[in-house]
Amino acid sequence: MSYRWNWGIIFEQPYLSWLLQGLGVTVALSCLAWAIALPLGTLVGSLRTGPYRAIRLLCAWYVQAFRNVPLIVQMFLWFFVFPEVVPKAVGFFLKRQLPIPEFTMGCLCLALYTSARIAEIIRSGLEAAGNGPRNAALASGMTYYQAYRYVLLPMSFRLTMPPLTSEFLAIFKNSSVALTIGVLELTAQSHQVESFTFQGFEAFTAATVLYALISWACLGIAGAVNRQLSNAGGLGTEVAIK
Amino acid sequence: MIKIDGVCKWYGSHQVLTECSASIARGEVVVVCGPSGSGKSTLIKCINGLESFQRGDIVVDQESIKSPKTKIYKLRSRVGMVFQSFELYPHLTCIENITLAPQKVLKRSRDESIDRAKTLLKQVGLSAHGAKYPSQLSGGQQQRVAIARSLAMDPLVMLFDEPTSALDPEMINEVLDVMVDLARSGMTMVVVTHEMGFAQRVGTRVLFMDAGVIVEDRACSEFFDRPESDRARAFLSSIVRR
Repeated sequence: MSYRWNWGIIFEQPYLSWLLQGLGVTVALSCLAWAIALPLGTLVGSLRTGPYRAIRLLCAWYVQAFRNVPLIVQMFLWFFVFPEVVPKAVGFFLKRQLPIPEFTMGCLCLALYTSARIAEIIRSGLEAAGNGPRNAALASGMTYYQAYRYVLLPMSFRLTMPPLTSEFLAIFKNSSVALTIGVLELTAQSHQVESFTFQGFEAFTAATVLYALISWACLGIAGAVNRQLSNAGGLGTEVAIK
Repeated sequence: MIKIDGVCKWYGSHQVLTECSASIARGEVVVVCGPSGSGKSTLIKCINGLESFQRGDIVVDQESIKSPKTKIYKLRSRVGMVFQSFELYPHLTCIENITLAPQKVLKRSRDESIDRAKTLLKQVGLSAHGAKYPSQLSGGQQQRVAIARSLAMDPLVMLFDEPTSALDPEMINEVLDVMVDLARSGMTMVVVTHEMGFAQRVGTRVLFMDAGVIVEDRACSEFFDRPESDRARAFLSSIVRR
């Protein structure tokens, strides 16, 4: 029994369009989830270092819950369990009326999971920025909001560009877990190509190449943002030296 | 201008400030000195509410720090503070460092703030460095920018927390000169420092602290000529020996 290689298959229709559609869903799912996760994670990470003890604890729990439960379990919880435990009307809406329910719930799940991870990164950046700039900002009469908005978060983002970049790459790869609740993203489409053609190696190689291309594009974007931020010594070099 | 009234502070069961009382009039330059760990920094951080205290009260410009009616942010915007390790915002240029709080806290226009920043930079001898980032400046230059940043808020009083302790010896004088000019211009100042030369040149009063207690509160000349307590005599002789 021998495997019959046929690289041409991935350029044939309808398989090529399946793969490209999958790519589109992966990119859309990841980017939407990121657009929710970044502000949410920044908020939670900031509150974790803020002045109110009760809110600090609450945010710590949030991070623990979403970071410590495996993503695939969270997918199942959001998609299958969550609609059953909320009030009937809400459950009915989620099961019957929500447009593209798999995509919506998958995106929500991915966003919350990633936001907990971003919260930890932002918190570590805020802690690395230290108490000095916080005291200086507060001493000048800024409110906590102003101190975070104009001083502490800009410092934190500069200090945490490398881990934030990794997280941005990770969200594309994590998005493949959404196939378990039926989102037809890139990995699911490759699987479908395999089922129809029995050319699994070619289909998944194509998926691998597409994921790699996404990663390179992300690294390019992150590099550009980093250059923008690290204008002439502005990357908090003395903070790094401390 | 400032009235410190029976302030006590504990960290857990360890008492760091014991019944500290003093009052500071407009135009005075009060030097706070004493061995390390005696509570000097903690005391002046209580004046603008960066440190809390459990008992007693501090009144700044007729507003009590402890009173629930006092808006602590408003009060801080009128009390300038200079830190031991400068605490300039590393991601902003010198001009941006100086203009941030006036714009965001005092709601001054950008142009007005920049004009004022340029005047202040000239006053501290750094006209040419406005567009540089803190990491491109020496320690002495950074500290002078930090002084200009505090002055930009037109404070009623300036607090200095060991402003020259983190500097190389040859940079101490450029900072002290700026502070002497400031004292001679009539600014009310509270200065935690070990620079006894500065105290003798412009200081009006000395608060000598030991183990959280204000041991002596006397005119500068009296303190240096005839210290009353053994502790102060020992402290002064150890400083002179250096």
